[in-house]
Amino acid sequence: MAQKSLHAEKVSRTVLTVVFSVIAVLWVYPVFVVILNSFKLNTFVKTNTFAFPTGEMFAGFKNFIKGMTFGNYPFFKSALYSLIITVASTALILICTAMTGWFIARVDNKFCRILYLICVFSMVVPFQMVMFTLSKTADVLKLNTPWTIPVIYLGFGAGLAIFMFTGFVKGVPKEIEEAAYIDGCGPVRTFFTIVLPILKPTLISVGILEIMWIWNDYLLPYLVLDRTKYMTIPIHIQYLKGSYGTVDLGATMALILLSIIPVIVFYLLCQKHIIKGVAAGAVKG
Amino acid sequence: MAKKGKKSSTSVLKRPIIKWSPLFVGPTLAAFILGFIWPFIRGFALSFTKFRTTSDAKFLGFSHLFDNYINAFKDPSFLHAFWYTALFTVVSVILINVLAFAVAYALTQKIKGSNLFRTVFFMPNLIGGIVLGYIWSMIFDGILSKMNTSILLETRYGFWGLIILMCWQQIGYMMIIYIAGLQAVPEDMLEAAKIDGASKWQTLFKVTIPNVMPSITICFFLTLSNGFKLFDQNLALTGGQPFNFKEDGSVVKTTEMLALNIYNTFYGQNTAARGTAQAKAVLFFILVAVLGLIQLRYTRKREVEQ
Repeated sequence: MAQKSLHAEKVSRTVLTVVFSVIAVLWVYPVFVVILNSFKLNTFVKTNTFAFPTGEMFAGFKNFIKGMTFGNYPFFKSALYSLIITVASTALILICTAMTGWFIARVDNKFCRILYLICVFSMVVPFQMVMFTLSKTADVLKLNTPWTIPVIYLGFGAGLAIFMFTGFVKGVPKEIEEAAYIDGCGPVRTFFTIVLPILKPTLISVGILEIMWIWNDYLLPYLVLDRTKYMTIPIHIQYLKGSYGTVDLGATMALILLSIIPVIVFYLLCQKHIIKGVAAGAVKG
Repeated sequence: MAKKGKKSSTSVLKRPIIKWSPLFVGPTLAAFILGFIWPFIRGFALSFTKFRTTSDAKFLGFSHLFDNYINAFKDPSFLHAFWYTALFTVVSVILINVLAFAVAYALTQKIKGSNLFRTVFFMPNLIGGIVLGYIWSMIFDGILSKMNTSILLETRYGFWGLIILMCWQQIGYMMIIYIAGLQAVPEDMLEAAKIDGASKWQTLFKVTIPNVMPSITICFFLTLSNGFKLFDQNLALTGGQPFNFKEDGSVVKTTEMLALNIYNTFYGQNTAARGTAQAKAVLFFILVAVLGLIQLRYTRKREVEQ
């Protein structure tokens, strides 16, 4: 009897594997369709969306060349700005909010508690509430370039990061830090040589969440950046689709493919950290 | 509660850290004021004024204090967007959570290749909303063009299209959270249920689900707020089309959700409507914040219970 149910379980597991294999194939299919259409001539994208780009439909790398030079703004420039903004903003957020999180957890006075409450509060404020005034403030203060927009990201994205860092620091015993201090190590050195290494797992989690947010963010940079000079990948793609009467779908798909390749490579490389980061961010957020 | 005991032993580090507060808190606080607190307060104040840019704002006066808010409620496109968003959110919350839980439950049953499946299902989360919208608009139009129609031509296509898109994107994310919750269910509890002769379904409903309630709460509120705040995907997939032109000259964009409606009111042709737009934004904020506070109370209560 026990053997029989064991056998039944084995069968049901195999069935599950087969079912999930089919679903998994369906799950990546949309990306596969993007690849197909990025090599297809524009006129066939709409009529033969799911066909292989063979024969007269095949466009070679024409779509890629067209997409890269479409409009009057080169795509690689957008990609470069996306990269600069993501890296700089994430770095700034990590350094500043890690310090603030530690400060809030260790000092824990009235000011800290108020600051912490405002941070939690900022997490539930939708961007539409501040978008108009924020973009004006950014214009006035010249925070509208890829090199200064990290300040805006720090301001608007600080909430979750501080929340996570404070929560983590509260669980770390402060005896090590105190011992270091008594041995003559100042607070700044204590933070950078002792606390920061302990914070590593949270740094990775917060970093992953911020990267995923900033790299894909559309509306904030769209409203804040000086669009005549600077674009990011999402802005560029939206711009191509939005501003031309007849869109070259083949070229758009080529650009979409170019924009998701680095993301998927990044995902495959840091998969473990990404999944851990998401789980950590969710449990606390 | 436990905090009070700790407090008595003030750290020797406290004073030196406070001395360095310009470094530790200064930059974050400055950016926080510029990027959040100041725009928030100004945005709130602007909702009681008439303005085209932030510098020409004129206070509406006490007798007309809530004019912008009244205009917001009078706007049929805003009311439509509210109900459309609410309906969309209810459907997407149910579908995403049920499916994500089912997938997570199956993948924690030690089946072959579960790591690979997890990788694949999570993948769409890495792709941005705008790009997602365009990928799926191509796919839906590829299917619908065979029937001589388009996703831009019928509201129900736009609705279900967006539901499918959001399922594709979010099931993987919620699945990760559910898997983390399921893996934390004590093994001996499951074993005890088995020994006591509980069936698989009984174990699921009486042991597993009560134990993953925290994950369910989190996912429920995450999908809820994601649904209400949805913008990029909505803009890229249909952009509000098809439009419904009313006899009185107003236009209702039938697949337009709240965030997009606010955006269009702000940056549309009629710059005189910006006061209304800001009022809509405040109402939107209150709605999202209330949901967030309910969540906070829920999770806090649970922490106390534990």
